[in-house]
Amino acid sequence: MSETGNGSELPLFTYTLRLADNALVLGHRLSEWCGKAPILEEEMALANMGLDLIGQARALYTYAGEVEGEGRDEDALAYRRDAFAFRNLLLVEQPNGDFAFTMARQFLYAAFAHPFYRELVASRDATLAAIAAKAEKELAYHLRHAGEWLVRLGDGTEESHRRAQDALDELWMYTGEMFEVDQVERALIERGIAVDPARIGPEWDETVSHVLAEATLQRPRDGWMQTGGRNGRHSEYLGYILAEMQFLQRAYPDARW
Amino acid sequence: MPIATADREELQRRAWAAAAAVTDPEIPVLTIEDLGVLRAVRVEDGRVEAVITPTYSGCPAMNAIALEVELALRRAGFTDVAVTTVLQPAWSTDWLSEEGRRKLAAYGIAPPVGRAGGRRALFGETEVLCPRCGSSDTERIAEFGSTACKALYRCRACKEPFDYFKCH
Repeated sequence: MSETGNGSELPLFTYTLRLADNALVLGHRLSEWCGKAPILEEEMALANMGLDLIGQARALYTYAGEVEGEGRDEDALAYRRDAFAFRNLLLVEQPNGDFAFTMARQFLYAAFAHPFYRELVASRDATLAAIAAKAEKELAYHLRHAGEWLVRLGDGTEESHRRAQDALDELWMYTGEMFEVDQVERALIERGIAVDPARIGPEWDETVSHVLAEATLQRPRDGWMQTGGRNGRHSEYLGYILAEMQFLQRAYPDARW
Repeated sequence: MPIATADREELQRRAWAAAAAVTDPEIPVLTIEDLGVLRAVRVEDGRVEAVITPTYSGCPAMNAIALEVELALRRAGFTDVAVTTVLQPAWSTDWLSEEGRRKLAAYGIAPPVGRAGGRRALFGETEVLCPRCGSSDTERIAEFGSTACKALYRCRACKEPFDYFKCH
């Protein structure tokens, strides 16, 4: 199959798909909070952030389909691929856990994705640059929101501090994958299309250190990092997301209403 | 004047006026022209194409706006109608017209403060004026409001809550 990452895919397709899958899977995770958030304002915030991410995913999937040129649209890419064909980071598919866990995951992603999309605005690929121009501004709000919550939780009660610290400790091993570069990306970076994540590293470090210090939280030590999502090797959790998200199109292919 | 005999400029003007009058379903005081969402209207051999651009990536109003533009053009007498979406140049709140800003404030929504991209992402606070009493003694209640483009504020002077159209 062409989706297994056997090297026959166009690099730009793979690259765009990775960005789209990150946005869709994290957006879907946030949508799982609907009706369950701790306070009304947070209900709105989580849904708003989820909506931003799913909107970014739609634009990216549409473009990926155009790049591929085989007639797949955003729905085909979102609903008609199995887990091995998804290229998202393992970080974004991790279950919501408690509120602190969701905010820590959001913070770690946004602290990377915000400067990442800001750099992508300068891409030589005009469509990626245009999508990035929107995403960058949306992610700035996500970063601020999640960052403020980490400070509130970390510098809050004993219990909120413990939960926020546990979340960071558990999620830390998924942060290394954000900075990986493979051959697919190396070629695109050299052509000025993709962002070299090494350029994001210092800012990510600074943002994380700054917020964690303010939150009185310990920055976990870099240890062994999980990897594989970007090449279709996922944790068990992605399958459950897809089972729910794709159910209708699997049960009733081509259903329209 | 029937469509068939109207000259091109007149058709162009009529098509623009019809499309430009479409309002945002979430903020009905703003037209898509005020918002800067309507980018172009082209009439070619009786075929009319309206070009719009999305505001926020996930703004659900975009589908409604595209449909409304199509209907408005049909009501104006055009039968061959297309609405296309462009992503660049990317929309920002800088595209809001002065008229649009005035309408927002009159409607009770504080217009965006400053230029897009000019704010600090982390812990930066903007001074937002209360659209009711004009006081700068306001505070943010929630970063995310009833729609993707708004945050919720409260005025400490007149005690009223209000929406703020976020700088984007």
